[in-house]
Amino acid sequence: MSETPVNEMSFEDAMRELESVVGQLEGGDVALEASIALYERGAQLRKRCEEQLKAAEEKVAALTLDGDGQPNGTAPLDP
Amino acid sequence: MDLIDDPQPGENAPEFTVGEISGAVKRVLEGEFGRIRVRGEVGRVVLARSGHMYFDVKDDRNSLACTSWKGQVSRLTVRPEEGMEVVVTGKMSAFGGQSKYNMNVDDVVVAGEGALMAMLDKRRRALEAEGLFAPERKQPLPYLPEVIGVITSPTGAVIRDILHRLRDRFPRKVLVWPVAVQGKDCAPQVARAIAGFNAMTPGGALPRPDLLIVARGGGSIEDLWGFNEEIVARAAGASDIPLISAVGHETDTTLIDHAADRRAPTPTAAAELAVPVRVDLLAWLEGQGGRLMGAAARGLGQRQQRVADLARALPSKDSLLAHPLQRFDLASRDLPRALMRGVERRGGVLGAIAGRLRPQLLLGRIAQGREASAKLEARRGPALSRSVALSRRGLVDVSARLRLPGLSRDITRRKEALAGLAGRLEAASKDRLAREDARVAALGRVLGTLGYHQTLQRGFAVVRAGGAVVTTAQAAQGAAALEVQFADARVNVVPLAEGADTPTTPVPAVPAAPAAAKPKPKAKRAKPAPPEQGDLF
Repeated sequence: MSETPVNEMSFEDAMRELESVVGQLEGGDVALEASIALYERGAQLRKRCEEQLKAAEEKVAALTLDGDGQPNGTAPLDP
Repeated sequence: MDLIDDPQPGENAPEFTVGEISGAVKRVLEGEFGRIRVRGEVGRVVLARSGHMYFDVKDDRNSLACTSWKGQVSRLTVRPEEGMEVVVTGKMSAFGGQSKYNMNVDDVVVAGEGALMAMLDKRRRALEAEGLFAPERKQPLPYLPEVIGVITSPTGAVIRDILHRLRDRFPRKVLVWPVAVQGKDCAPQVARAIAGFNAMTPGGALPRPDLLIVARGGGSIEDLWGFNEEIVARAAGASDIPLISAVGHETDTTLIDHAADRRAPTPTAAAELAVPVRVDLLAWLEGQGGRLMGAAARGLGQRQQRVADLARALPSKDSLLAHPLQRFDLASRDLPRALMRGVERRGGVLGAIAGRLRPQLLLGRIAQGREASAKLEARRGPALSRSVALSRRGLVDVSARLRLPGLSRDITRRKEALAGLAGRLEAASKDRLAREDARVAALGRVLGTLGYHQTLQRGFAVVRAGGAVVTTAQAAQGAAALEVQFADARVNVVPLAEGADTPTTPVPAVPAAPAAAKPKPKAKRAKPAPPEQGDLF
């Protein structure tokens, strides 16, 4: 299992580990206690993925540039 | 025909000043041609210090002088280079000061796709040789970027397409860096935007994107030319943030496409590369969740089943215990009887032993011992007498061997030896005495010649007071009593007071003491010699 705390994992990492956990559990040759730990880990990973998928919000802004072409702020974009 | 007098050919021609004709030519040139396009190969190019550019456009026979003023130069999308096939756009004009005409150029485009592509190909090969497009420089795109930086025109279809597709797939935060997507400003602005996004610090006031999209809609190769500029390709290659290029249509390939980490054929495709589809992921996650629970439940179920099976296979408690219980019952029934039997058996053994243990047995052994003792006692007297007799006989034997004549002979022999030794001793003593006498006499004679006694014989006397020798009259008069030594004896005298004449009273002589010889220490030592010799005997 990864050393990274689940709630700091990137979506991709969480996703990859969740797949691995499911695979191991489905393999069925895991000791009972280990399988309980695996299930808990899997549940956490699933929660993490879910949070990240739910956190999908659109926020669009255009940078405003100063005279030298350097960004100095943002403005709403209405393309 | 004859109505008008025509005296001489040419006389009627108007007369111009140089200035007038120069101005007229200029006007004609400018008016006649208007805004035109001219195609040719660029000759020598001179950029004057003033910022104006002078160059020639020529074909195999003719040459057209071209100028671009400083303000125009900065707006040129293509900088003319010698040998480049171009189409220049501008107006004809004349410069009266040198009687020259020229073309004022405000736009230069590369003439023909072939020529442009040849130039682009040359540039691409140069950058490729540098390794700017190497596959190992490509960075993987993040699976799910949090913030996407889009470098494009803030207006138009491109940004709309991108945002729309992002929203469909996976709404994200998008920062748009507005740039010109064609014309001379395009390349520097795009390059600066790429560098500017990279310069943002993670967690700063503006969120730093973790993915960049450089996008532009389709257009002519000239329209897209800014994305073929070297600074743009270098900026894209140097970007630490993974970058997707989406410039033009699928068939258009620009230099930035080579330098980017991924190339998308269209802006919409760029959005598809950028993010996964959220609903797909949700579905996938749902599936994983189901599988997770299913696997866990199945694992538990299988184990429960196994436990139940094993439980059935376990024998019952009663059947396990029946046999030991039976043994226990038997044993507990037998226990008291076995105890009694044990006691009885040990009682029998004790009885047998106790029966043999009687006083008679002890008394018999005592009587035996006493008898043996009496026997030994009886043998004691005779044994002692026999031993004495034996010793005595030995003594007699030894006495017999001890005979007298041997002893007497021995004594006689030793007596004779003793007599001999006594005789020799006496003789030796006499001899020694005679020798020493002679030495004493000789020494006495020597003493006589050396001592003051001889002087006394000649009538001198020694006067002493209190044991000390008196050598002056003054000392004699001061003394209470004087002792005068003569040759034969000493006399004590008292010195007369003034005028008195008291006879001296003789005092019994005292033998000469060793102290009397003080003034003559040598004589004193010699004088006592005779008595010493006498002491020796």
